[in-house]
Amino acid sequence: MTFISRRDLLKRVSAAAAAPVVRASAGRASRDTLAGQGPPAWFSGDEPSANPAGFPAAESATSGVQAVQGQPRLPLESLTAQEAELMDAIVARLIPTDENGAGAIEAHAVHYIDRALGGALAASRQTYTAGLAALDRYAQSSRGAPFTKLSPTDQDSVLIDVETGAATGFTGSSAAFFAMVLSHTHQGTFGDPYYGGNANWIGWDLLGYPGVRTVVSASDQHALESGQLRSNHKSAYEYESFTKASYDHEA
Amino acid sequence: MTTRLKETDVVIIGLGAAGGVAALPLAQAGLQVVGLEAGGLLTRKDFAPDELRNNYRGWPQAAQKANQEIPTSRANASSPTGPRGTIHPMMNGVGGTTLHYWAQSWRLNPWDFKVVTETTRRYGASRIPRGSTVEDWPFGIDELEPYYDKVEYEVGVSGQAGNVGGKVDQRGNIFEGMRARGYPMPALRWTEFLEKMASTARSLGWHPFPGPAAINSRSYQNRSGCMYHGFCNRGGCHVDAKNSTAITTIPRAQATGRFKVVTRAHVTTIEADSNGLVTGINYVTDGVDYFQPAKVVLLASYTYENVRLLLLSKSKAYANGLSNNRGQVGRHYFSHHMLAGVSALFSWNTNSWYGLPAQGVAVDNWADDNFDHSGLDFIGGGNLWVYSDRRPIGAAGTDTFGMAPRWGSAWKTFIKQNADRTNNAYIQKTTLPYEDNYLDLDPTVKDPLGFPVCRITAEFKDNERKIAAFTQDKMEQWYREAGAIAVQRGPVGGAMGLSTHAYGGTRMGDNPSTNVVDRFGFSHEAPNLGVLGASTMGTSGAHNPTLTVQALAWRTAEHLVKNWKSIATA
Repeated sequence: MTFISRRDLLKRVSAAAAAPVVRASAGRASRDTLAGQGPPAWFSGDEPSANPAGFPAAESATSGVQAVQGQPRLPLESLTAQEAELMDAIVARLIPTDENGAGAIEAHAVHYIDRALGGALAASRQTYTAGLAALDRYAQSSRGAPFTKLSPTDQDSVLIDVETGAATGFTGSSAAFFAMVLSHTHQGTFGDPYYGGNANWIGWDLLGYPGVRTVVSASDQHALESGQLRSNHKSAYEYESFTKASYDHEA
Repeated sequence: MTTRLKETDVVIIGLGAAGGVAALPLAQAGLQVVGLEAGGLLTRKDFAPDELRNNYRGWPQAAQKANQEIPTSRANASSPTGPRGTIHPMMNGVGGTTLHYWAQSWRLNPWDFKVVTETTRRYGASRIPRGSTVEDWPFGIDELEPYYDKVEYEVGVSGQAGNVGGKVDQRGNIFEGMRARGYPMPALRWTEFLEKMASTARSLGWHPFPGPAAINSRSYQNRSGCMYHGFCNRGGCHVDAKNSTAITTIPRAQATGRFKVVTRAHVTTIEADSNGLVTGINYVTDGVDYFQPAKVVLLASYTYENVRLLLLSKSKAYANGLSNNRGQVGRHYFSHHMLAGVSALFSWNTNSWYGLPAQGVAVDNWADDNFDHSGLDFIGGGNLWVYSDRRPIGAAGTDTFGMAPRWGSAWKTFIKQNADRTNNAYIQKTTLPYEDNYLDLDPTVKDPLGFPVCRITAEFKDNERKIAAFTQDKMEQWYREAGAIAVQRGPVGGAMGLSTHAYGGTRMGDNPSTNVVDRFGFSHEAPNLGVLGASTMGTSGAHNPTLTVQALAWRTAEHLVKNWKSIATA
């Protein structure tokens, strides 16, 4: 797998600009809908679930990182473009796209983190700024190139140093920074899609989680136990009875 | 300027597990009761099945006074204060933490009330751990049984009895104290995995049984049975099947017309006159100060806040804090040793995506004094609890048992196969009070109003750590016998830290020089001040405290009703 930077990819896909523009505006619309306490448009009942806006499942499943990164980024709300590019490269190694299917990139984990850093995770914004800068400096000083330009193998070795606390140049422990990023990447990949990640149910399908239900009868449990319970691909907030969470509320 | 409100008979500080129960017998008896609650009112529409919000972001939709006064914590007086948490383990709101707790509703076992006497009788006085300040309770389980029964039926508890009228039933806890009747509802259902764990326990000669829960296993009091949807752990119930006080005793008390609920009331101090009697409560709502005069005050916030409010309420009669002239407020503190769990990995799915932590298999064979300790070097034991509870973010963060790294393609292969193949046992262990474990006010950290927060100075001692290692052995044996391919154990325990099971600090007992409240929960020093909650409990046993807290609250309220004239006009 060859790593290609987002900037390069954007250049390559710029010829096919029409579709990305539509998708980018769909992303904006879904964010606005969220602010108005509605679910993201892409998993609402109005959308055909096989082809939610912006996330063509067939394409991402077959063509891996390049095709996915060929999609335009949803508008950034908190991270800078450079930080987002670095985060993309990191989460692509944490939960990679591989023979087991789509990963954190396709799940839009970075979109989740970007949005949360302006709200519920605002207290961590400064830690991201400093930590990402330190990580990139460490990649440069120890491996001779910015993180996004390294081979996947070198990227992994940098991340192992950060994970184990061996990386230098961090304020505090690099291990704490790594643990935070991994935890937020989990949230963005396996959390309820209402918050902007776990796009196209990628995370829940990977785990075999059969979806949010409000009723699980004894026969549903038996169906689960006999491998017959199919995922319903539902978010908590598709159940109309619930007061919507404010996704950007301070914890 | 402080607004002085009209005097009431009784004011209750905190409408959670304890205060929410006490209000009912008081109001039913004809007393005028005001309940002050720091949080707001939440209903089932607020309880979306949302793991991110429930388990990772606290409860942002509630007004969280607690989060602004999180206690500081250190292991002992010579160790540094540890990092302060950002989310309080308990919550504010009408119903308090009964809104989002696991709802395990255990009675204590008979031994827990008589630890000193029974240990001395069976093994000799030298077996009481050195440095422990443990005392027998001022009464035995027989005294509390009618109140356990009352709360089980009033609130609604499901379960399988093990000893009705002296007749032992092998389907329930054969070690439980004698009860007058069974539970009002049958136990919550089991899954295939839980059935398997139970039959494995039986094959080991143990006595597995379903645990009791304040959760409807079927329709009860016109509320729904449990839907097993999997978001009960730190989540409120979307169908009102979890029997918080917010949907049981509190509305029933309000229906009498004599119980007034005041939300978003931030209580700052309890006032006392020069004779040492309490006169009412100061509280703040939206920056406005109020004084609520009352003939009797019931302090029913959580253990940390009960102790803090007493220590902050200084007056002529109580220079060192209310009811603290003998220096006992904050002493005999301990939190339940419920760390040191055991995790297992199986080679098959456990199908645990839907379920709840109160749905499980208990083994009490290694709890309390249910086994012979003659050849052992500790007293007490632990309850082994295997339950059904899993959600996706948590599953992704599960341990890889040394078989894979925590990220990358190898991790992805591991988690794809094993996300539903792990289980974590919850083991609650006998924990004792010790001379050097205590609560006081932090010397530097303050809440936004400028009042010092509570400081925890406490660590688990040898007796607790030995129980931890012993019960981990038993749990590992159980998991291995059931076919676990890997088993891991948590550390046996160091600093106690912040806990959802915090006991002591206003201990109950007959001796006023070692206890803050008397056998009915009223202050030895301020006779019209009652204290509710686990802060009055002197031992933990090996089971969740809430039902005992609620039984004690009902008993204190009933005592107040029966002795109204002498207590209210003391």
